[in-house]
Amino acid sequence: MDLSYTAEEQAFRADVQTFLKDKLPSKIAEKVRLGVELEKADMEQWHALLKERGWLAVTWPQNHGGPGWNAVQRDIFDEECALAFAPRIVPFGLNMLGPVLIKFGTDEQKADILPKILDGTHWWCQGYSEPGAGSDLASLKTKAVRDGDDYIINGQKTWTTLGQHADKIFCLVRTSSEGKPQEGISFILVDIDTPGIEMRPIRLIEGGYEVNEVFFSDVRVPVDNLVGEENKGWTIAKYLLTHERTGIAGVGASTTALGQLKDLVKKVSRRGKPLSKDPLFMAKLTEVEVDLEAMRVTNLRVLSEADSGAAGSMESSMLKIKGTVIRQRLNSLFKSAIGPAAAPFPAEALAGNLSVAPEETAAAAADYFNNRKLSIFGGSNEIQRNIIAKQLFAG
Amino acid sequence: MDFNLTDDRRMLSDMLRRFFREDYGIEERNQVAYNAPFHSTNKWAKLAELGILGALVGEDAGGYGGDAFDITVIFEEIGRGLCPEPMLGTLMALKALETIGANAAIEAIISGDKKAALAVYEVDAFSTLDDIQTQATKSGDGWTLNGRKSIIYGGASADVALVAARHGNGIGLFEVTDFSRTAYAMIDGGGAAEFLLDETPAICLSETAEEPIEAVLDWGRLALCAEAVGAMDWLHATTVDYLKQRVQFGRPIATFQALQHRIVDLGIEIEQARSITILAASEMTTPARAKHVAMAKNLVGRAATLVAEECIQMHGGIGMTWEYAGSHYAKRLVMLDHQLGDKDDHTHRLMEMASASQEKAA
Repeated sequence: MDLSYTAEEQAFRADVQTFLKDKLPSKIAEKVRLGVELEKADMEQWHALLKERGWLAVTWPQNHGGPGWNAVQRDIFDEECALAFAPRIVPFGLNMLGPVLIKFGTDEQKADILPKILDGTHWWCQGYSEPGAGSDLASLKTKAVRDGDDYIINGQKTWTTLGQHADKIFCLVRTSSEGKPQEGISFILVDIDTPGIEMRPIRLIEGGYEVNEVFFSDVRVPVDNLVGEENKGWTIAKYLLTHERTGIAGVGASTTALGQLKDLVKKVSRRGKPLSKDPLFMAKLTEVEVDLEAMRVTNLRVLSEADSGAAGSMESSMLKIKGTVIRQRLNSLFKSAIGPAAAPFPAEALAGNLSVAPEETAAAAADYFNNRKLSIFGGSNEIQRNIIAKQLFAG
Repeated sequence: MDFNLTDDRRMLSDMLRRFFREDYGIEERNQVAYNAPFHSTNKWAKLAELGILGALVGEDAGGYGGDAFDITVIFEEIGRGLCPEPMLGTLMALKALETIGANAAIEAIISGDKKAALAVYEVDAFSTLDDIQTQATKSGDGWTLNGRKSIIYGGASADVALVAARHGNGIGLFEVTDFSRTAYAMIDGGGAAEFLLDETPAICLSETAEEPIEAVLDWGRLALCAEAVGAMDWLHATTVDYLKQRVQFGRPIATFQALQHRIVDLGIEIEQARSITILAASEMTTPARAKHVAMAKNLVGRAATLVAEECIQMHGGIGMTWEYAGSHYAKRLVMLDHQLGDKDDHTHRLMEMASASQEKAA
């Protein structure tokens, strides 16, 4: 039993810290700290800086331009990025499509697309969910019908995150209605500017725009854009969902959130005393801190198993459930800490310089509402429980 | 980073697990756990013979272990085997003697010849040492003690009592061999006792023992956390099996999602409990010991109670019966939170520690 990081791992952490200190633009970090929505240019600038250092495609092998990190290194990187208020890497091209192409793509697809993901030429988004296919993803209905050297796609995708910035979308489409629903699905790459595609924004509960619905009417896509074999897309979809869930526990993000909460309780008062002296509130804070500390170790246990090749989907499902619940609890406490001052819309709180509460709380309520998504997306927490139960009751 | 047990500890763990499984079945356990002396003298001798008692203290004190991960490995099996032997009291007594350097008394305990128990808490002092009322007074070459010590684990069968008592300069630790006691069975099995000290002659082991006593209580808490992890593992696995076997509405109740999700959530909490116990064990000899032990006991208290209540519920009526082994594990898990500070106690302790370090920083 040894919970300490090796000397190499500590040196690596120091490298990451130095890089973040030198290279992360303070303007961007400040936006992340205050919960201000990032512009496309912010994300592109951050990606370019990471690419320059060779740290952008964290899950790719070195021969494709990745850093060749193991699970512990990726986790250290994620944690330090979160603590420094760096933006999260936009995952769709880099952490989702990239690994899929590396495993299932043709040589031409790899040579053509991987460099463009890396240098930012392509901004990819994800076409998985449909209005009628959420948790039951295999019931998806968007159809691709073969016509000569093309497919003709008709249907609708939804919850397409940051699709408004994208020029490419990878989609799961139905190419056959025979057999089990999973057996007729294909994985295909589509240009957003192909005639027949319409992207409409969806406004979310807190008022922001980060997801979209995408409509396909007679969209013609070359057969060459298929990844893997026709009707074998479900295997790819599962690979994408379960492979390399770097940072699924969100330890770094929650540690940052806890740090912000601990600072905040000293700055705000309740019933005439600093909130840090309120036993009822502090008991809640203390218990979530204990839960986070335990999860930090659970995460390390899973990581050290992952590097020895033993970790499975059961562990990442556990981390997803616990990690999202802890994060949501922290969001809830952060919002409650400022009481009625959580009310103003974030933009108005910041623009109007209302000063009803410390500036870092401007998006407290908005973040709370927005992060209710955490237990819904990426396989809802109920789906994660189904996955674990399936293994628990197997045999 | 390495989360594997050493080969020696794996062997220790396997040996103990086999011992409880093969030689200490639930019928025998329930027979001895509720009848004086509330444990099995044969099994106690066997534990001493297997070297389990000696593994609780370090080589300098005459034992052959004593590290935090020796303690967690042993107590995890104590939990998995639902062992009613006075292990907690013995651990704390041994650690007290080891901590204050009273090594001479240790050999007779790890050989199984004598049993000792640590007596700290009182009826109105179940949380902090500050509330201790028992008085120690110098008399001649020795001391006399007056007061009452309450819910002493292992106290029912102890030959030697190590008693925390107040004197002019603070709280000391005293050895007592001739005292009156009321012994009783606990609801979850095993014995405890009230120690009645009335002009009781005592030997002073340490006049300033607050720090060692706090450390020893933390050893006890760590052991309880590990015990809970073992008992939770057993109860979780047993409940999974039960859900697979029990048929209602024409199918195994394991196929009902309402139950699947609940048993899954328990599994997650058990992994959290295991993690925080590992963390606490790794901090036992650092300045952050008390904080990490309080974290562990808080989380384990919450998890153990939840696992117990949910597993009784998912078993239905059978989980309510004395005959079913699972109900005894559930009972142990609930009552374990009442020992050495419950979840709320430890939340308080954590808040006090945070507040103290904040004031120190200011």
